[in-house]
Amino acid sequence: MELLIYAVTPVMLLGAWITGTLLERRHLSQLLLLESGSTHVLALTIEDLPDGWIAESSDLVIGNVVISQDYFKRVVGGLKGMFGGNIGVFEPLLERARREALLRMKAQAHKAGHDTIINVRIETSPLARSRPDGKGTAGVEIMAFGTAVTVRSEDGSPRRALHP
Amino acid sequence: MLISNTQEIPGKTIVEFYGVVSGSTVRAKHLGRDIAAGFKNMVGGELKGYTELLSEARGEAIRRMSRQADEMGANAIVNVRFATSSVAQGAAELFAYGTAVTVEG
Repeated sequence: MELLIYAVTPVMLLGAWITGTLLERRHLSQLLLLESGSTHVLALTIEDLPDGWIAESSDLVIGNVVISQDYFKRVVGGLKGMFGGNIGVFEPLLERARREALLRMKAQAHKAGHDTIINVRIETSPLARSRPDGKGTAGVEIMAFGTAVTVRSEDGSPRRALHP
Repeated sequence: MLISNTQEIPGKTIVEFYGVVSGSTVRAKHLGRDIAAGFKNMVGGELKGYTELLSEARGEAIRRMSRQADEMGANAIVNVRFATSSVAQGAAELFAYGTAVTVEG
């Protein structure tokens, strides 16, 4: 019985590692595919439209995603955290989440018929802290938001002509 | 209600300011969603239940903010900001605030 308990943790770790890695790979390839198709919406962090660009209509757009790290990587992250330094296992997770949030924001703008998003901001907030032993939720919410606008140039030519 | 996180509504002119308006909502996670999220938490990846929960809650906060601006007689809210804070284990506050204005043009 005791042996069984000792055997469960490594099995769970291994299972989490394999599934987590597979899911991560799948998500990354999905992101590449979606990003290649999202170039029709231009996301800018500048606050105001450049001179000569006229906004016809505007809307607040938000894209959010809650993402969590797999058990194996949480344990690795927890161990590494004891020694300080760069915790590389957490980086791909946050990068994936940001890209996903940006894509969702762009999709919302596109659906509303807008072609540009200005004043884009990205916020990160932890939902719960994971414990060093890897237990507990390690959920992080990434939210991307901005003001989606439909842009025309003063002389009526399409926006793309102004795009450097 | 026109809502924007920029200083002004693009393509319009602000003619009147009414002051700060805000809306907030505190949400706790649903039990069923929490169990699903618990499993998902093992293998990592998106916790879809929570994504939806937070986006619904944020929508509610924005609606409350809009209602407040509406009561003041404004037709737009500019410079909208968001704040998220976990007030207790399993509950989060979503807060939206901005400046109520009247725009023309």
